Amino acid sequence: MRPFRLLAVLSLPLLLSACDSALLFPNGDIAARQRDMLLIATGLMLIVIVPVIVMSLYIPWRYRASNKKADYDADWNHSTKLELVIWTVPLLIIIVLGAVTWVGTHLLDPFRPLDKVTASQQVDLKQDPLEVQVVALNWKWLFIYPQYGVATVNELAAPVNRPIQFDLTADTVMNAFYIPTLAGMVYSMPGMETKLHAVINKPGVYDGFASQYNGAGFSDMSFKFYGQKKGDFEAWINNLKASKKTLDRAAYLDLAKPSQDVPVTYYTSVDKSLFDRVVGMCVPKGKLCMQQIVDINQGKMDAGKTIDVNRLTHNTYDLDAYGHTLEAQGATAPASNYKPHSDELKPDAGSNAGQGSVAPPQLHTN
Amino acid sequence: MLGNTDLTRLIFGRLTLDSIPYHEPILIGTFLAVAIGGAAVVGALTYFRLWGYLWKEWFTSVDHKRIGVMYMVLAIVMLLRGFADALMMRTQQALAFNGSQGFLPSHHYDQVFTAHGVIMIFFVAMPLIVGIMNIVVPLQIGARDVAFPFLNNFSFWMTAGGVVLIMASLFIGEFARTGWLAFPPLAEASNSPGVGVDYYIWGLQIAGVGTLLSGVNFLVTIIKMRAPGMTMMRMPVFTWTSLCTNILIVASFPVLTAVLALLSLDRYAGMHFFTNDLGGNSMMYFNLIWIWGHPEVYILILPAFGVFSEVTATFSDKRLFGYTSMVYATVVITILAYLVWLHHFFTMGNGASVNSFFGITTMIISIPTGAKIFNWLFTMYKGRVRFELPIMWTIAFLVTFTLGGMTGVLLAVPPVDFTVHNSLFLVAHFHNVIIGGVLFGMFAAINYWFPKAFGFKLDPFWGKVSFWFWVIGFYFAFMPLYVLGLMGVTRRLRVFHDPSLHIWFIIAAFGAALIACGIGAFLLQIFVSIRKRHELADTTGDPWNGRTLEWATSSPPPHYNFAFTPVVHDLDAYADMKRRGFSRPMEGFKPIHMPKNTGAGVVLAALSTICGFALIWYIWWLAFVSFVALIATAIGHTFNYDRDYHIPADEVAASEKSFADALASRS
Repeated sequence: MRPFRLLAVLSLPLLLSACDSALLFPNGDIAARQRDMLLIATGLMLIVIVPVIVMSLYIPWRYRASNKKADYDADWNHSTKLELVIWTVPLLIIIVLGAVTWVGTHLLDPFRPLDKVTASQQVDLKQDPLEVQVVALNWKWLFIYPQYGVATVNELAAPVNRPIQFDLTADTVMNAFYIPTLAGMVYSMPGMETKLHAVINKPGVYDGFASQYNGAGFSDMSFKFYGQKKGDFEAWINNLKASKKTLDRAAYLDLAKPSQDVPVTYYTSVDKSLFDRVVGMCVPKGKLCMQQIVDINQGKMDAGKTIDVNRLTHNTYDLDAYGHTLEAQGATAPASNYKPHSDELKPDAGSNAGQGSVAPPQLHTN
Repeated sequence: MLGNTDLTRLIFGRLTLDSIPYHEPILIGTFLAVAIGGAAVVGALTYFRLWGYLWKEWFTSVDHKRIGVMYMVLAIVMLLRGFADALMMRTQQALAFNGSQGFLPSHHYDQVFTAHGVIMIFFVAMPLIVGIMNIVVPLQIGARDVAFPFLNNFSFWMTAGGVVLIMASLFIGEFARTGWLAFPPLAEASNSPGVGVDYYIWGLQIAGVGTLLSGVNFLVTIIKMRAPGMTMMRMPVFTWTSLCTNILIVASFPVLTAVLALLSLDRYAGMHFFTNDLGGNSMMYFNLIWIWGHPEVYILILPAFGVFSEVTATFSDKRLFGYTSMVYATVVITILAYLVWLHHFFTMGNGASVNSFFGITTMIISIPTGAKIFNWLFTMYKGRVRFELPIMWTIAFLVTFTLGGMTGVLLAVPPVDFTVHNSLFLVAHFHNVIIGGVLFGMFAAINYWFPKAFGFKLDPFWGKVSFWFWVIGFYFAFMPLYVLGLMGVTRRLRVFHDPSLHIWFIIAAFGAALIACGIGAFLLQIFVSIRKRHELADTTGDPWNGRTLEWATSSPPPHYNFAFTPVVHDLDAYADMKRRGFSRPMEGFKPIHMPKNTGAGVVLAALSTICGFALIWYIWWLAFVSFVALIATAIGHTFNYDRDYHIPADEVAASEKSFADALASRS
């Protein structure tokens, strides 16, 4: 069986080339350079890995008990020369790989603005990068294009060979934003902003999705990413503007309610402060933004005598709004403010959800 | 009616009849199977009047060998549960193509993958290694028992208590739908309001107490109770790796306990450690849980490394190559285990220098690990390798683990990790090292030490069937996942939209089916071996021509392990004794001082479990009552002075004589 196993391993690269692997054949320069790192690291590792696997199979076979021709030395247990080799060879490889890693990690830092759009072409410094603000919602992606004042849900487009700067955040839970063909993933997190700089080099329709598990709608939290020629991109923006929908704070709160498998939606105009408010967790009226809280703490802003705690909490939607059907049978009052299912059948249900409970007040009082 | 509801809530908390998932056919089917199976077992035990025997000889036993066996049984039972989850996932992912939703709704599927991870790590891998350490370490160092025998029994039952809660979540309420590390904010009350995460928290907290205490126990045992002459650098490598593992347990499990306590404060008391608002920060949780989580990986793999060291030397009939560098490699790994946790979240927006630092420390771990692999290879070099099952598992490990190590280093390169983080490539990697390393190691250990624990060898035929199904099944199940990862497929997806991926999931499901056959063959191996126990009996106490002290006593060893504490003069103590023509002393026996069995561990763990259950369901009165009872029992137990007894010298002489007779009748 062993040759068969080896064969399976050896034929992997062949099988891979047969299918279209977004990681091995990407269409974005960043992803291509990350792929190069993968290949360099694999190559370096194989210097040790291949001999080890061969030896793991050969040595036990050569020194099998039935092979009386092989040397046998029951007390041979030390060799300074061999020890030196088995410690230094891996050490040297790791030194090389470590150096490559240090340089590569800094050059491919997602926070770092691009210097090249392809291996040979430098960035045109006169042209601003395309800015896209990304908000991961339960369970769909909101993309805001501040330079164009428009927004989309579950559809992303960018012109080829123009650097893109993604500003990433999330509404409630940890997410990761990932378009394999474009660049590696970066987490998008509530109350925080991360960045990703990337560029797409070839027109086409690509897959993007959430790559950090985030709850019930995770599997369908995907979108199409269009790499477009410059003219096509302008046309796409213009077409988008025909939708006449507005994304203000109220519309955002509505959109943020949990929903699955959400169709593509276009917004012609977007509240300019929206993204900052999402990051600051103060989209609902009356909430204090995080920056304001910091300012108050530092004495830069006067908060008055007391602050209502409700102004500090962040809970953009009420779980009840999502309906009960997809929730757990265990998820009943008071933890969720849901009534036990049996209570629902009772005529006066609803008036006393979560009231008179023996449990401590669990979460958000709003 | 309102008053009535209040009263019900007062008594049952949030536990209602609706919490029983009677509308889920899969769960009801499982429940019926478990209920019927359980009833059959209970009935059989009652019919054969085994309850008294089990209680007196096993449940309350403080004998490290029996506790070890109970850990192994627990682990194997939970392996079946965890593997059933794996089969469901593989089936779901193989079905959910071309618009099909598969057979699991997200509510169920998300629990399945969470439970799979939790069970396999905490309730399969951990009990396996703790069980093997229990059986082997005291024997290897020539001790009578562990340092704290009662604590050992208590630790086991706390682990079992965690298991009870995790299993209860299957039929009462639900389990967490958060992934096996329950990352907030998803695991916060705002996003996971049900009982699932609470089951997770209390299951792990209760089992965690057991693990921590057994870590302390073994640490003290190995430091303080070695036979005379066994200096640190004469300890068998398995004992060395166990020592390092227990150092890791003692230093890292408190972090897990603390981080879960913080999460429960968030969930129960409305605090804000990891929430989005009011100053909470979920990144703290990521850091803390991985500061436990990464050492945990080495907690699992180090004992397996020890097993391979013992097995390779024994079955090559040769001294271990490079003992000193093996020990130092283990120690280096132990230290480095604490310096790499951040590689689990390179993508969380850390700066490039931080990422490179942790990437490079991770790669450095591959150097001592590589040295170990070369040492095993050079141990076989110039040896006489007997192809028994333990060495077959070792060779499968060498090939498989090397591959897993390579993909591990790839994941340690941050720019590469950005592309394969959270992907099926990652899933393939850690199964490659955990199955290829820990599990193969434990199968080697089971086949190697089974005759020591039970007095008869395991049947080699079914063992080989199991071996080949497992190894080939592993490659079929996980190589496609590497491919899928490189195609950009992320983990934990329930449905797929790209038909070109389908074939790989079908291959992986086929691999899982092969592994199922491997597990079946393993169970059959045990069954057949029990039936053929006379044929496979080991009367010598040393069936493999072993090199370490556990083989110096009979199989199974008497309660007291060694009638006379052995004196160690060389690294491979028993090989050395055999070489010098060691003869068993047959007279001059003295009474042996032994600890007495006690039921306190069972009672304490049962009370903890009830308390955990009450906290999960907000049954405050019960939580209070069981907690008070728990403390009272613990204090009460300290007043129990009837804790030890002496095995009379005659009895020792008789059992030593019967062993000597058995040896003589062989020759």
